[in-house]
Amino acid sequence: MSTLTARLSSRRTRTGSVDKVVLVFGTVCGFLILMAVFGPLLAPHPPSQTDILATSQGPSGQHLLGTDSLGRDILSRLLAGARLSFLGPGIIVVVSATAGTALAIAAAWHGGWLDRGLNRVLNVMFAVPGILVAVLAAAVFGAGFWAPVLALSLVYIPYVARVVRSAAVRERRMPYVEACELAGLSAWRICTRHILRNVFPIVMAQATIGFGSALMDFGATSFLGLGVQPPSAEWGLMVSDGRSELLDGALQQSLSAGALIVLTVVSFNIVGERLSSRIGASG
Amino acid sequence: MTTHLLDVHHLRKVFHVGRAKGRSEELVAVDDVSFSLERNSSLAVVGESGSGKTTTARIIAGLESATGGSIELDGKPLASPDSPRSRRLKAREIQMVFQDPFGSLDPRQKVGACIDELLAAHFDHDKAWRRDRTMELLAQVGLDERHADELPRRLSGGQRQRVAIARALSLEPKLLILDEAVSALDVSVQAQVLNLLSDIRESLDITYLFVSHDLAVVRQISDHCIVMDRGRIVEMGSTESVLDSPAEDYTKQLLDAIPRPGWTPSRRRDLPASV
Repeated sequence: MSTLTARLSSRRTRTGSVDKVVLVFGTVCGFLILMAVFGPLLAPHPPSQTDILATSQGPSGQHLLGTDSLGRDILSRLLAGARLSFLGPGIIVVVSATAGTALAIAAAWHGGWLDRGLNRVLNVMFAVPGILVAVLAAAVFGAGFWAPVLALSLVYIPYVARVVRSAAVRERRMPYVEACELAGLSAWRICTRHILRNVFPIVMAQATIGFGSALMDFGATSFLGLGVQPPSAEWGLMVSDGRSELLDGALQQSLSAGALIVLTVVSFNIVGERLSSRIGASG
Repeated sequence: MTTHLLDVHHLRKVFHVGRAKGRSEELVAVDDVSFSLERNSSLAVVGESGSGKTTTARIIAGLESATGGSIELDGKPLASPDSPRSRRLKAREIQMVFQDPFGSLDPRQKVGACIDELLAAHFDHDKAWRRDRTMELLAQVGLDERHADELPRRLSGGQRQRVAIARALSLEPKLLILDEAVSALDVSVQAQVLNLLSDIRESLDITYLFVSHDLAVVRQISDHCIVMDRGRIVEMGSTESVLDSPAEDYTKQLLDAIPRPGWTPSRRRDLPASV
């Protein structure tokens, strides 16, 4: 316990003060994740239960955020939809961060043609818009949850790989890596136990930033009708669903789902940016 | 001949620089360097920066490949370690302590784990043995159990360099290369680490190759001494004879450049303006 407090206080003195912005937005992120995990349990109504006698209603005691055009409770659908809305980008981030980090460390370790080759491939991948690949994937594999997830997993690799590569190249040149080589440790061990461990905070920061963008791109494919299909609840899909009612003055569905997307993207981006700039500052 | 641990013959290293301009220029970092090193002795390589002393040490360690020449360890030619097996074998023969005490330890690895990792990779013993051996090694370099659970950033420069020495000794090498190993330390800490190195050489069958620009340090640590200038050996012999009665102008200039009370720096005339 005392070592823990000592460690925390030493961290505090090292960075000046606890970053309040990270604290606030990190808490928001935490709540959103909890919502994705437990949301369906908290939903006051079954999210797919229609009520044709109460369609497109405004907020009321019965339906806190009103109902959609089929009379489904919007709050329940938002809570239930959080799960798919987070699961998609979650998979995208895990897959792209893993693949990107592996490629980046391999390139940094080997250098030479592998490094140059990876750089070229990444540059080409940067030029391709993610949504376009997701649309193509939906055309090939059929619309649904997996097509955009697969496509975006691939598209997000270069964002992780570029940043991690430059950090890994820096580590590669450190004397401790040479000491490990001289000690006869295997390349695999040096890469996983030493280089990966030292670039891991950067991977996490990049993944956090990537999660925000992936959530938006994933929502966009659903919005376009290529991702998650109705009647499943998903935020991008709900924004799209609510469009027809916008002109009738029933803003609640598009607006509330859109607000949640914005809140999530902004929170994750801010936390990720803060983390990565702090890591950059401390070496 | 059997007393020689290390024989270096006509070592040569050429770097290619300035590739961007299409034509690469050759920079001869090490040029026809030959020397031999007796078992359990201590040889210092001195010279100013750019004299090729560190490159020579790095070639012997296997961190750079030689352009020409050969190196024999214990009478056997030292191949460039290309396979994992040969790297492992070489690790047990030659170890190195680096100049920078801040970069030479993994910032996220505890001191004990750092040594334990090497012991686990090279010795077929159980965890308890490795734990004991780690403590023994730490004790040998003047650290104790408390330091085993520390991260390098909690240690001072001198303590880190002691850890680096303990790590190198853990593989029981025959040759320990010390590349400016005390240059980054305070003078008082330097003295402690140098004394430690002397003690270790008395108690273990180990040979030092000591790379340094600091002649005061060289006098303290080494029996023999090589003076290098622009990739070539200009003078070699026992440390006293080289430093007390230098035969070469370059060595005299190096000795002249040691700061001492009442000393005013003199400009060297033979130096090209670009340096």
